[in-house]
Amino acid sequence: MIAKELKRGIITENPILILALGLCPALAVSTSVKNGLGMGLASMFVLACSNVIISIIKAWIPEKVRIPCYIVIIATFVSILQLLIKAYTPALDSQLGIFIPLIVVNCMILGRAEAYASKNNPVHALIDGFVMGLGFTVALLILSGIREFLGSNKLLDLLVIPGFQPMTAFILAPGGFFVIALVMGVINYAQRKKGA
Amino acid sequence: MSTENNVDTGKPDEKPAAIPRLHLSSSPHVRSSLSVKMIMLVVIIAMVPSLVTSIVFFGINAALVTAVCIVAAVGAEYGANLLLKRGQTIGDLSAIVTGMLVAFNLPPSIPLWIAAIGSVFAIVVAKMVFGGLGCNFINPALAGRAFLMASYPAQMTSFSTPNFGSISGLTDAASSSAVDAISSATPLTAIQNAFADGSYVASDFATALKNLFYGSVGGCVGETSALALLIGGVFLIAIKAVDIRIPAAFILTTFALFWLTNGTGTYFTVDSIITPTFHILAGGLFLGAFFMATDPVTSPITPRGRLIFGVGCGALTFVIRKYGGYPEGVSYAILLMNLVAPLIERYTRPKIYGEVKKHG
Repeated sequence: MIAKELKRGIITENPILILALGLCPALAVSTSVKNGLGMGLASMFVLACSNVIISIIKAWIPEKVRIPCYIVIIATFVSILQLLIKAYTPALDSQLGIFIPLIVVNCMILGRAEAYASKNNPVHALIDGFVMGLGFTVALLILSGIREFLGSNKLLDLLVIPGFQPMTAFILAPGGFFVIALVMGVINYAQRKKGA
Repeated sequence: MSTENNVDTGKPDEKPAAIPRLHLSSSPHVRSSLSVKMIMLVVIIAMVPSLVTSIVFFGINAALVTAVCIVAAVGAEYGANLLLKRGQTIGDLSAIVTGMLVAFNLPPSIPLWIAAIGSVFAIVVAKMVFGGLGCNFINPALAGRAFLMASYPAQMTSFSTPNFGSISGLTDAASSSAVDAISSATPLTAIQNAFADGSYVASDFATALKNLFYGSVGGCVGETSALALLIGGVFLIAIKAVDIRIPAAFILTTFALFWLTNGTGTYFTVDSIITPTFHILAGGLFLGAFFMATDPVTSPITPRGRLIFGVGCGALTFVIRKYGGYPEGVSYAILLMNLVAPLIERYTRPKIYGEVKKHG
């Protein structure tokens, strides 16, 4: 079951590459592998925690104000996370900047709360939050790996090919769009081929 | 037209006369004999004068950059078609045109591998992934240039001194002992600096006009010689491969706006037309107006739409050159107008015969 869930989160329902959720942070912070990993793990933490809480109290959340309720819960965990990051990894905090508070409005997290956590029990919600967060992280690692290599000729701040002059465009905004579009295109192609 | 043959006469045993075979097809019904390949060939011929002048002024480098760009563009199109399992399209010569235009937008001193990257980007990302020729929404060559500008800004803006001239065009080779700080800048940077520090005197720049016209100034491979571009452009307009509306509106708009802000404070003196003339001859304006803004795929097809498109290109070029951070704005102006071309077409659609204006 775990393997099946993992496959669902990372491959068949990958939040960024298949569901196209949470694209803003994915485009914004995938300029280096370090940032991508930090953002992925941070989102995974918030997603797993908020999924559990929402799943526990879903019976008491009135239907009409459910979105504000979800947002309050998510924002609570984002605040906790932000204080932790500021305290223990100030370098990452300065790198990710505004995108940590913006995890509150990451549509992947709200989407999973609405589509999954509010309909399933806490254990399943925790697993869903974990695998979806993992899928988000894996997608960010793929994007940021390609962008960091092509855009600054580095991976995890280490020089890859000496003498290769990187294409700065890839760590700028347009490069993010090119890479995410091409990766999605390749995945669609592979899926279509598999389906055919 | 011969529907009477199909009329049911009510007598099933009576066979109607032989039914003429009617070929049904959707519009357009009137076709010109001009094929894509022919148009591309004509455009290539129109670019030859610029290439020749460029080789005269920048030497073998200009030819090398152009050759590398063409080979890379054709190779990229061939490879992309193989990968995407489409029919080969390199025979329509459009990749050669794109390759040449990419080269025309690069400094002659650019490392050849950067030129190749620009060409491959133009073909693969701006053209082939959108479906090939006719489906791209922005001009591929300009997309390639924009990508290189973002990736290799230093190499894209270092220009070599042309034979028989100077980079800024303000001093001739003969008098280049009197080189001042200004002479290392391209013509557009020179005039911008002069405007910025208030040292602009029209007569200083009048001497550069001749160099700009012939092309003995620093710049990209295909953009420096206004004369050669004019020859190619007039040729394209004369054989109706290009509609005069876009280049005319583009150039005249830029001219008019720079004339209104010409820096001399007067409007009807000889000095007052030096700034606008300088600006339309310098940089890539003629190249953009004749060869890139007129790209049939990415510009509007309606006559009024083409005028609006040209005016928009000219106005944006003026705004970027005058107030923007880059000295040259032609390429971004055309790219931005490419994006609104479908919108322009929608609002300038001619009224269909018999169509009644909708009320309310």
